[in-house]
Amino acid sequence: MKKRLMALCLILVFVLSANILFMASCSGPAKKELILASTTSTADSGLFDVMLPEFEKISGYKVKLIAVGTGEAIEMGQKGDADVLMVHSRKAEDQFMEEGYGSVRKDVMHNDFIIVGPAEDPAQIKGKSAVDALKAIAESGSLFISRADKSGTHNKEMSIWEKAGITPEGDWYTETGQGMGETLTITQDKQAYTIADRGTWLAMADDFTLEILVEGDSSLFNPYGVIAVNPEKFPDVNNEGALAFIEYVTGEKGQALIKDFGVDKYGQPLFYPDVIK
Amino acid sequence: MELIFNGIKQAFILIFTGDKEVWEIVFLTIKVSGIATIISMLLGIPVGFFTGLNQFHGKKILVSFINTGMGLPPVAAGLMVALLLWRSGPLGFMAIMYTPTAMVIAQILIATPLIAGITMAAVAQVNPKLKLMAVSLGAGRLSMSWLLFKEAKLPALSAIIAGFGGVISEVGAVMMVGGNIKGSTRVLTTSTVQMVRMGEIELAIAMVLILLFLTFLVNFILTIIQQQDKEKWQVKYWK
Repeated sequence: MKKRLMALCLILVFVLSANILFMASCSGPAKKELILASTTSTADSGLFDVMLPEFEKISGYKVKLIAVGTGEAIEMGQKGDADVLMVHSRKAEDQFMEEGYGSVRKDVMHNDFIIVGPAEDPAQIKGKSAVDALKAIAESGSLFISRADKSGTHNKEMSIWEKAGITPEGDWYTETGQGMGETLTITQDKQAYTIADRGTWLAMADDFTLEILVEGDSSLFNPYGVIAVNPEKFPDVNNEGALAFIEYVTGEKGQALIKDFGVDKYGQPLFYPDVIK
Repeated sequence: MELIFNGIKQAFILIFTGDKEVWEIVFLTIKVSGIATIISMLLGIPVGFFTGLNQFHGKKILVSFINTGMGLPPVAAGLMVALLLWRSGPLGFMAIMYTPTAMVIAQILIATPLIAGITMAAVAQVNPKLKLMAVSLGAGRLSMSWLLFKEAKLPALSAIIAGFGGVISEVGAVMMVGGNIKGSTRVLTTSTVQMVRMGEIELAIAMVLILLFLTFLVNFILTIIQQQDKEKWQVKYWK
């Protein structure tokens, strides 16, 4: 009885470990998979759901899309944990390239940031420039919700505060540390102000009473770049796949998909292609 | 209110129309948490038994470790696994980060201490006279373990229920090591988080309802087994 039980246990353990190894081996064929670290805003917009299947079909690579903030995506690149990045924070991207973590960087597309807030607009920012708007929010002490997650959006917000000469802190300044969607939901709930990328806003605005108060300011420009992680620094990265991906997103097919994405649903594109317009 | 009703309606539509993506997510959820629970059981129950029954050097330290593990924040488990499995980590060469395997490993780390701890407590509570009696009747160590195992089978089942409940409902660790990749590592909890982030509240409600139903179903089945066993035992003792 005991022996049979023990044997049974042993067989079970064996089968399970074989199963695990099997799962591991089919998920990790060398260089056939591509880890793409990108931002939650791009992933949540649904753009990749349209773009990746096409790329996988053409190239034969299996893309693993990891949606994190731009800060974390860049961090993954600096450790060689991702093969290719698609992010939106020009300053951080340039630094990444300068420090030799990336081998190729290309512009892909852009959209813009907007400042949204309650329709009553207690700080009277409607129509102002981005810098003046944030100044007015700070002076009136109106509630402002910041993502505070080192994402591209957060970096943009901080650069505008810097231009305005304000260090945002105090009761009126709330930090969520969460993604764009959650932050917008909190902003809506608290009827506060925040800065958002237009893509996420359009995807969520249906349920909201918040309004776009500042837009079109050149400092709210939101360019996305694609970067291949440097194989000289990290020999394990899938550089071939990364280059194929860059070629795809900046090529005819990818750019056309970007241009059309969202038009049927929102009546306007969520992103504007930069290479083929 | 309308949102909630729509969410519930959406859930039923998704379940019964056999939406392929939803079913994939459901199956992966069961597969990952199921495998993790079984392995945790195979690791945790023997450890729990051994620690519960024996006095040995360093027992206090081991018990403290198990108890700490029972309260281990899942994200801590996730981060540990991630640090090991990232390409930059010591086990990066295995290329199992962002795969279901990585999720199973993280969940094992969460469930094993739970199962070991509850088993340990259950075994320690078995009437000590039983042990004495067994020894006096000439039972060896193994046959005594077997006897005690039969005694503690019901609590061990509770341990498994707790372990399974712990991992299937967990989100932080599987998000970190799985990456919530569509069609590959997306489970019910991580997809719920994403749906909320995307403002798809109805879908999020649907996901949560499916998750609740699933957990209920598994617990229901385990409870039936547990209760049947209990009845069997009672009958036996009565006779």
